[in-house]
Amino acid sequence: MASPSRRSRSAFVTKTRFITVAAVLVGLTVGIGTYTFVYARGYSYLTNDPAACANCHVMRDHFSAWTRGSHRSVAVCNDCHTPPGLVPKYLTKAQNGFWHSFYFTTGRYPDPLRITPRNQAVTERACRKCHEDIAASIDSAPGGAGGEALSCTKCHNDVGHIE
Amino acid sequence: MTRRFSFPILTAVLAAIATVAIAALLVNIFTRQQEARNPFYRVVELTDETVDPAVWGRNFPLQYDGYLRTVDQVRTRYGGSEGVPRTPTESDPRSIVAQSRLEEDPRLKTMWAGYAFARDFREERGHAYMLADQTFTERQAVVQQPGTCMHCHASVYVPYKKLGGGGPDALIKGFELMNQMTYQEARTKVEHPVECIDCHDPQSMQLRVTRPGFLEGIRKVKASQGIADYDVNRDATRQEMRAYVCGQCHVEYYFKGAEKRLTYPWDKGLKADEILSYYEENGFKDWTHAESGAPTLKAQHPEFEMWSQGVHARSGVACADCHMPYQRVGALKISDHHVRSPLLNVNRACQTCHHWAEDELRERVHIIQDRTFQVRNVAMDALIALIGDIKTAKAGGASDQDLDGARRHQRRAQFLLDFIEAENSMGFHADQEAMRVLALSLDETRRGQTSLPGSTATPGATSARPAANRK
Repeated sequence: MASPSRRSRSAFVTKTRFITVAAVLVGLTVGIGTYTFVYARGYSYLTNDPAACANCHVMRDHFSAWTRGSHRSVAVCNDCHTPPGLVPKYLTKAQNGFWHSFYFTTGRYPDPLRITPRNQAVTERACRKCHEDIAASIDSAPGGAGGEALSCTKCHNDVGHIE
Repeated sequence: MTRRFSFPILTAVLAAIATVAIAALLVNIFTRQQEARNPFYRVVELTDETVDPAVWGRNFPLQYDGYLRTVDQVRTRYGGSEGVPRTPTESDPRSIVAQSRLEEDPRLKTMWAGYAFARDFREERGHAYMLADQTFTERQAVVQQPGTCMHCHASVYVPYKKLGGGGPDALIKGFELMNQMTYQEARTKVEHPVECIDCHDPQSMQLRVTRPGFLEGIRKVKASQGIADYDVNRDATRQEMRAYVCGQCHVEYYFKGAEKRLTYPWDKGLKADEILSYYEENGFKDWTHAESGAPTLKAQHPEFEMWSQGVHARSGVACADCHMPYQRVGALKISDHHVRSPLLNVNRACQTCHHWAEDELRERVHIIQDRTFQVRNVAMDALIALIGDIKTAKAGGASDQDLDGARRHQRRAQFLLDFIEAENSMGFHADQEAMRVLALSLDETRRGQTSLPGSTATPGATSARPAANRK
């Protein structure tokens, strides 16, 4: 029969082993994660360069359609697809980055891509930020926006990208 | 004890899951990058004699996979096909066929009385079945069909050239020779349903027209528009070819003269009434109606003609844009060679241009089709009534001379109605045009009934085409 001190000693050894395994796994995650980040040019997503968004084949068409759209000289991807403010901007990037990675890896996504309601709202706000005056006068027009506001992109759906 | 270890265990499990996910992402990115390097590998040499699609499939496995899937049988509201089991017999080994259109709508039997279509007419299946379904249809038992049918029910490009004996005009020569064979003799010269070489140049993979019927037909259309000496393979744009290769077969046609030359009746234009007036001038008839004695015409799947009258054609949208939309396979973007109804593929077929929800888009198509179907039914009931009236008048002793006017109107009404009935989109390819043609059919039926002996009704004026007197 083992003495209390020997029992606590063996528990200590076991615990140390568990921590070591966990530490190795965490290291592995960080290592592979860093490698993937560099290999997939993850750092490019921190910039405003539209070319970064076309790293993936799936975005090539959207990118080339943007180069033909009327907004190409006044707005890059981030101007219309991320909200203003440093924190909301990078939160949106992180969220979209995560779900893009998830769906493109699992392959479960509609193609042509469909914008999500949240991202649609971000873009809608972006229109209204630059075109505030005209948007305000449309919304306040009699019989206008009232309850549900008009959506800019419903009619102006090719200003960002021309197919 | 468990609580003391739970933190490292939890950390290890989460780290393992994260590692798996990151590794999957890494491998996925790597795979896509590798795929993008070589969009195609040439493993076999393709020549202008390579008929077997499986050989082409070795160079183009993704397109070939899609092509093979045209065996699928899926219904849409007004089209597609449903697998109906049948007991194979010695003369017809098929164990599955499509549903009978004659059983769905027995009025068709009256419309086609005395013609082979009244015996057996089923919903069309995918490209994979085009040769077998025609070889084994009961229509073959009713009439002796000519070898002309192969033009569109088999891959004839290489067989035509062989039959034509090589040389620069072998294709046309082979076409003319096969037209004059019996169906059974011509059947021994062909092997495959439509396949790669029927639409693609084996060297450049560019689209090309190989069917003499269309080569000659489109030349007549262009000539009527003032374009002389049109050569579709030389003069058509890439986007036009994405419709023309389909228009090689999805058209109205007839067999001209004793040599049974396949002819597309497009001298006056592509509209139903323009085609009808061509037939009126040359007096062609497919058969004599068994119940009324009218010299009747059968319209055949005029998808190309109807599409050309619609808004999609005007916008430069070709058949392939909706029926073979681009699809992403890994890092590659290819045309979906699983040719099928866009209703079965709304995301790729429609949403590339129309940014509405799938259900909404499907509903829009159904609204058009339901309306067309309703008017088609009204026109069909009217036509059946006219046929009945002629039959009654005949039984009552009316002479051929008395019935001549009514029969002519039946011929025209029937062709216009059949043009919409036989067209595989239930009006969608050109919705307003479909309604216009059905209205013309109804008018012909009405005039037919007023011209019967003993009728006191008057047909009324024939006003000029509205376009002529509107500014």
